[in-house]
Amino acid sequence: MTAALFLAQRISAMVLALAVAVHLGTILYAVRGGLTAGDILARTHGNLGFALFYSVFVVGVAVHAPIGLRNVIREWTPWRGPALDGALAVFAVALLALGMRAVIAVYIA
Amino acid sequence: MMRASHKQPGFVAALLHRLSGIALAIFLPLHFLALGTALKGAGALDSFLAVTHAPLVKATEFLLVAALATHMTLGLRILAIEFLDIRERTAAVLTGCAAAVFAVGLAFLLNVG
Amino acid sequence: MTSESLNVEVWRGGATGTFQTFTLPRRQNQTVLDVVTEIQREQDATLSYRFACRVGMCGSCAMVVNGRPRWTCRTRVSEAASAEGALRLEPLRNFTVVKDLAVDMAQFFDKWRDAHGYFQPAAQRPADFAVVPPATPARQAADAGIECIGCGVCYSACDVVAWDKEYLGPAALNRAWTLVNDVRDAGQAARLGAVAGDDGCQCCHTHMSCTSFCPKAIAPTYSIAGLKRTLFWQALKGGTR
Repeated sequence: MTAALFLAQRISAMVLALAVAVHLGTILYAVRGGLTAGDILARTHGNLGFALFYSVFVVGVAVHAPIGLRNVIREWTPWRGPALDGALAVFAVALLALGMRAVIAVYIA
Repeated sequence: MMRASHKQPGFVAALLHRLSGIALAIFLPLHFLALGTALKGAGALDSFLAVTHAPLVKATEFLLVAALATHMTLGLRILAIEFLDIRERTAAVLTGCAAAVFAVGLAFLLNVG
Repeated sequence: MTSESLNVEVWRGGATGTFQTFTLPRRQNQTVLDVVTEIQREQDATLSYRFACRVGMCGSCAMVVNGRPRWTCRTRVSEAASAEGALRLEPLRNFTVVKDLAVDMAQFFDKWRDAHGYFQPAAQRPADFAVVPPATPARQAADAGIECIGCGVCYSACDVVAWDKEYLGPAALNRAWTLVNDVRDAGQAARLGAVAGDDGCQCCHTHMSCTSFCPKAIAPTYSIAGLKRTLFWQALKGGTR
């Protein structure tokens, strides 16, 4: 892992540590007595705080997960080099796009 | 013969950290796609959520919540060593992480109803 | 003593080879190095292994004993053998095997050089002796890792070296960290550049095998964490990439 990737990995880790703690709390609260779309959307619809929090979460994940996978793939498979880095950059963009789409979906729905 | 380094609590911690991370990376796009169905209205999301009532899916969900808690607590271990220069006893830390994950998992199972 | 005789499986060959079993008497206060020496002198003179001082000073007799890398001269059979009196001796992992229990240390020490694990004096000779109070945090950090004698136990135990052949490894990075904390050294920028990068200190996953197995009780894990920390703040300020 290069110094720049390490920096991105650890800073995103610090952000995610807080975000995941909040998210786990939200999960435990939300699933009481079952989970319906209505319940979820009632909480998230038009809630700007919710949207901002989960936007930060998504950005953190899109940075953190591909760097982690890069380590795993470089160490556990023979695959490395520009092709791997390119594939993981695509994965990062895909995570960001899908994640933001999800945030927007539950915000406007 | 199992190599001695693989019996170390530090190796177990790193392995669990890595496996939970891989599980989360695979699951995340699916999670985002599921929530994205809300764009087509609450009905679409509800029909997706209906699937989550199947026992097998529920077991998988439990494992994912546990993976999230595992990955977070073991990540805190790494940050503590790297940034706070904490000289840890890995076995004790690992036990603490396991207890935290167990508590989260139990709370999830009791709540999910 | 739990049994009269000792069954010892010894690696014979190079990268490929087989285990050969020897049976020899169990003796009081016998070390693993005593066992290897007895096999070579009494049973098979073609067995190759390396040792020099026999008293834990030189670091040349390290081998994998029942799955764990250790100094054979400082390991009694009674603490390493299984209850049935069985020993399995292998050459150090992550090294090229020359023959039997002797490994080639060249790549290991090349990485010390690559990590700038050597003192770099200033271009101009200082006017006077440097004063380094022993109680300063930097000197204490250096002292914590300075006793390494390069035996290769940590390098053999490291899973990351096994997965990434280019990873500099715990010994070289520990040495680099002692020099980062040497106020007289004038090669810090180049050294920090050398230990960053895809095969540098950021590869360490804190398995802590190096720290658990070091016969000198050095903790390379925390030395590497020190390098990571230093590079983190440097990268944050826009330094080494």
